[in-house]
Amino acid sequence: MLSRTADHLYWMSRYQERAESTARMLDAHARLSLLPRPPEAVLQGWTATLVSLGMEETYNEQHDEVTARSAFDFLAFDTTNSGSIVSCLRATRENARAVRGTLTSELWETLNTTYLESRAISADLPEAARREFLEWVKYRSHIARGITSSTMPRDEALCFTRIGTYLERADNTSRMLEARWRDPGGQGERLNEEASEWAVLLRAMSAFETYRRICRAQVTPKQVTELLLMRDDVPQAVHRCLAELQRDLKTVGNNRSDETLRRAGELHAQFHYGLFDELAADGITVLLDRFQSRLRDLGQRIAEDFLVPLGAE
Amino acid sequence: MLNPTFAPSSAADTGPATPYDEMLDASNQPRPHCRPYQAWLAAQPADVLTAKRAEADAIFHRVGITFAVYGEGGDTERLIPFDIIPRIIPQDEWRTLETGLKQRVRTLNAFIHDIYHDQNILKAGIVPTEHILGNAQYRPEMQGIDVPGGIYAHIAGVDVVRSHDGLYRVLEDNLRVPSGVSYMIENRRMMMRLFPELFAQQSIEPVGHYPDVLLDNLRSVAHGSVSDPTVVVLTPGAFNSAYFEHAFLAQQMGVELVEGQDLFVRDDMLYMRTTRGPQRVDVIYRRIDDDFLDPLAFRDDSMLGVPGLLTVYRAGHVTICNAIGTGIADDKSVYPYVPDMVKFYLGEEAIIQNVETFMLRNPQHLEYTLANLPKLVVKEVHGAGGYGMLIGPAATQAEIEDFRGRIKAYPERYIAQPTLALSTSPTFGPLGIAPRHIDLRPFVLSGKDITIVPGGLTRVALREGSLIVNSSQGGGTKDTWVLAGVGS
Repeated sequence: MLSRTADHLYWMSRYQERAESTARMLDAHARLSLLPRPPEAVLQGWTATLVSLGMEETYNEQHDEVTARSAFDFLAFDTTNSGSIVSCLRATRENARAVRGTLTSELWETLNTTYLESRAISADLPEAARREFLEWVKYRSHIARGITSSTMPRDEALCFTRIGTYLERADNTSRMLEARWRDPGGQGERLNEEASEWAVLLRAMSAFETYRRICRAQVTPKQVTELLLMRDDVPQAVHRCLAELQRDLKTVGNNRSDETLRRAGELHAQFHYGLFDELAADGITVLLDRFQSRLRDLGQRIAEDFLVPLGAE
Repeated sequence: MLNPTFAPSSAADTGPATPYDEMLDASNQPRPHCRPYQAWLAAQPADVLTAKRAEADAIFHRVGITFAVYGEGGDTERLIPFDIIPRIIPQDEWRTLETGLKQRVRTLNAFIHDIYHDQNILKAGIVPTEHILGNAQYRPEMQGIDVPGGIYAHIAGVDVVRSHDGLYRVLEDNLRVPSGVSYMIENRRMMMRLFPELFAQQSIEPVGHYPDVLLDNLRSVAHGSVSDPTVVVLTPGAFNSAYFEHAFLAQQMGVELVEGQDLFVRDDMLYMRTTRGPQRVDVIYRRIDDDFLDPLAFRDDSMLGVPGLLTVYRAGHVTICNAIGTGIADDKSVYPYVPDMVKFYLGEEAIIQNVETFMLRNPQHLEYTLANLPKLVVKEVHGAGGYGMLIGPAATQAEIEDFRGRIKAYPERYIAQPTLALSTSPTFGPLGIAPRHIDLRPFVLSGKDITIVPGGLTRVALREGSLIVNSSQGGGTKDTWVLAGVGS
């Protein structure tokens, strides 16, 4: 397929996934705000989220201080913030529109409708409607993914769409963990409160029931982190994402992608065969940092091997 | 014909007559072929029609059949208004039209071939040499180049109007990158979705197979040595106003939709960049103008084209559809000579007539035109899209005087025509059903054979009394029905 087409499909699904995951982060905050936390902890939590998303600087350019309301608006509705949910939905749709002929009409119409409906939404929503908006974003994302899987032919187009999805999801899962670890409110001594903060993260990631079923134990930061990094059977887990990513990369492999495949395989092997305690020996945030930089490397290599025009040199 | 005897017709002298109504006869009764539809329409409550129209708009938005208009302060996307009342053409009328259109397009292809080879028609004095060789649409790069099958205008969108006397006439031959065919297909899909009962009740010629016919046609003009040609659609990109159509046609044909940046030239061959490396391209259905095709040969500031494409083309390693240089045959200053071309190349009389046209470079025509501006339509020779024209009967005195000045300064840049009373069709507007002026653009495909899918795009001027059907100027579209012959 055309390299440019592959590029649009890849970014289409990355932005789609990013919109969903940002909605999940905001959902986590909305849930946290219901817990008895001191106000400064709430604000530190928002700052940690902005930092883990790499958007702290952009936010500070526009705002004098971090407040729950303005951080929420910035991440959800701000059309000047290219990482906000509405911007991601728009970017999803613009990429889809550029390759609408490659998508099934059901998929295109779904992404287009999501975008058209998102344009009718603005920041002056009442509090309850804001939670509904987050639900709506997740729901639209589920629908799009379901239509992708049930209507798109099993070909390269689907592979590049999935590659975008899993790369982005692996990245987002690690960022959500990072935000929680960076949030000092999340490392308190008061076990019950801490447990409920990590439970909020699980719920925001739709992984609470899975945790209960697999771990059958009290919610602890370490066990939550291990679950979301190491499990092969949890769809949000980094390990699972890397397995999917590796499989699709193999399918589209070309005569210059061997090194990229090797690195993807090596990274996957770390989570497949590695021991969590050894991987986290230098601290969990160090582990997450390292992982994110290897993921960035993988993203760049994928762009060079498949997406940036092959005949260009 | 260099100095045609000058005798303006009575139409030119008397101005617009009562327009021909496509649905109703002079006594306001439905024409025989429209009776079943008219009976159905009369039984529809207005609120049902209103709801159907709203449903159509919602679907068009969701499907993204829109014009993107990117301006400051965010983007807007506009629909081309769709009218839910179809334009209906009886089978026998269509057969005549079809034969006439094929004759015309066959002639125009012969003309373009002749111009870029022996120029017999110039030598015979039928078309003035200075109209051709001094014309911006004439491409000297094409001189002596052989194109597969001698076909230049593979896709023609001929604009046909019906005058007050009930005769179809050609208003314009669009031979460069005619657009609108996706609306022909989508309008039909919409009608079948909104009013399935109508299609069960009557036998209407289908149009949905157009992309198949188009693909066959494009494959049939590939360079001779290729057994399984690769066809692509070349678009200026997602910001072009006709992007929907480009993506639609590529998808329906199952071929790649490419931009200039996806293509490159190596060793006189054309390739596209794919995830598995370069792949050869044999036929380009291009939707960008000549000027932008190859920055090395034409406009060097073009970011839309492919450097070196012309070299590949001249070497015969790729077919460009439509060919470069077809604009020489649909130029408004060449249009008046088409009936003579039919005689010259085919030895036949033209089946579909032209609209009477005054060439203002001719002093007699100029004098007549200046004396009759309030009655005439004046067009720029190189204008398009309904811009740069004067409609005398609708113009203010100031507009007329403005045009008079421009015509006097550069008479050769203008032509004039009597104000045609374009035929009307009942149209569903905010205030109910009322007649509005329409035209018709059938799409004529030339390859091994000449094929026309029965129907075309009917454009409608939605403003009361307006004669401008262009979508850029408030025009809409209708589904176009050709009734099937037997058993209808």
